[in-house]
Amino acid sequence: MTAAATPLGTPVTRPPGAAQRLARTLRETAPAIVVFVAVIVAWEVIVRALAIRAFILPPPSAIVAALGENWDGARWSLSESARTTLFEALGGLVIGTVVGVAVAFAIARWATMRDAALPFAIAANAIPIIAIAPIFNAWFGVTNPLSKMMLAALLVFFPVMINVTRGLMQVEPSAIELMRSYAASEWEILRRVRIPNALPYFLTALKLATTLSLIGAIVGEYFGGSSTVIGRVVVQSASALRFDVTWAAIILGAGAGIMLYLAVTALERLLIPWHASLRGEVA
Amino acid sequence: MTGEAGAPAVVRIASVEKRFEAGGGGTVALAGIDLDIGRGEFVSLIGPSGCGKSTLLRLIGDLIAPSAGTVEVNGKAAHAARLGREYGIVFQAPVLFEWRTVEDNVKLPLELMGMGRPDRERRARAMLELVELGEFARHHPYQLSGGMQQRVAIARALALEPAILLMDEPFGALDEMTRERMNSEVLRIWRQTGTTIVFVTHSIPEAVFLSTRVVVMSARPGRITRLVEVPLAHPRNDETREDPTYFRLVTEVREALRGGGGGSDATDGVDGPSPERLAAEGGIG
Repeated sequence: MTAAATPLGTPVTRPPGAAQRLARTLRETAPAIVVFVAVIVAWEVIVRALAIRAFILPPPSAIVAALGENWDGARWSLSESARTTLFEALGGLVIGTVVGVAVAFAIARWATMRDAALPFAIAANAIPIIAIAPIFNAWFGVTNPLSKMMLAALLVFFPVMINVTRGLMQVEPSAIELMRSYAASEWEILRRVRIPNALPYFLTALKLATTLSLIGAIVGEYFGGSSTVIGRVVVQSASALRFDVTWAAIILGAGAGIMLYLAVTALERLLIPWHASLRGEVA
Repeated sequence: MTGEAGAPAVVRIASVEKRFEAGGGGTVALAGIDLDIGRGEFVSLIGPSGCGKSTLLRLIGDLIAPSAGTVEVNGKAAHAARLGREYGIVFQAPVLFEWRTVEDNVKLPLELMGMGRPDRERRARAMLELVELGEFARHHPYQLSGGMQQRVAIARALALEPAILLMDEPFGALDEMTRERMNSEVLRIWRQTGTTIVFVTHSIPEAVFLSTRVVVMSARPGRITRLVEVPLAHPRNDETREDPTYFRLVTEVREALRGGGGGSDATDGVDGPSPERLAAEGGIG
């Protein structure tokens, strides 16, 4: 929306200029940055002062050094591990989301589907992920990244399915009456009311799913497969008492999660700029 | 402009009955309803809660079907009229879609009927001018006040130039000042477009001020107890509200409501969910 949309000086906030936006971003992020730096410094100081041993907690400087040394190392290749794990998580995210959305549409459309599919979906959600991991490795191939993707997909599926179903079905009854008064078909109602209504629900689920997909992939890695993945690096470096490398791997895993989360946030701004949660940024 | 005797009827309701089968036995929401509404009339339906006035409105709009009897609109069965997109509807909530701009909300019925883009553009503009919101076309609904949102809903309802405009307590959620302004606004639009309006309300002054005819209903079962003609001159304005005839008519409607046996007041009773609310699936209000 541009300033031209408010010709009469109506009480609608104008889009801020670039300088204002930067100032606002700084104001909003400054507290978090200060806290972050303070925690890192305190961590370093306390670990050194109390001479805490490295296998309990290495100082941040050691972790950063390990990250640098093993970025492309012969024993541990952190960069390749992070890439592979991110690939597995992303694959699982896509599979779980596609299946979750498809089942949600079927459930929203046919009541019999709801009765038939929901118990199985709930059962699938109740399976402890760690218990099923070895089985998925056997089914889809322990060295095949697909086995990790399917584990991630299993975790992603449920929140996506439940939230999208809710978004498709929780439409104001008067909105449906309005559409019917215009002789709109079920398809038109789906396209013009239910789907836009479900988008915020979908994106909320997707944010949850980003973290879940990494958990699924890494748990799968614990039970075997390629050794250049975050999960294997964590297991092997810990048993070799190289906790600086373990911590570096954990930080890379978290970084991958943050990247996925930020990607969904960007998608949100693209798809639902009108939604209440984003209005401050559009108006 | 008002529905004189002999003018072609837009709505013909004959021996209509509506039962709801909800929860053991079922309730009779409406019984023995006969009503003709002439072209260009402004008819208000008023009555205590549970009298079935919203149900009657939904029957006219073919959002529900009668259990017995017939409803004709523009010489066709109500169902055919709905498929022919001859209705505009305004609810108590504006029911604007937050993902569409004001202008795009008004265009919705035009898209559904398959009107071409330039025509849609032109018509939406004209409708927004009609409700005096032309400069808000590109805004989003949340940027507008409640009264403005309801005006957008009216613009949308009129976009297809419907044979009949159905309004279900459209100003019930607005404050008294806004409500009076909206009343004058809707009268102006009615005079300007010549459309037929059926208006459900809880407010006696609102019914008398707006209507050419007030249909007084009573509850259990919902039926029509009285038709009150409103011979007040047009255009109506603040002076109308001080006219002795206006006061006489307000009293007449109030007494008709009291005598109807359906409650002591026209305001919403405290007698639990009414069939009309159940019919609306609890969706509005």
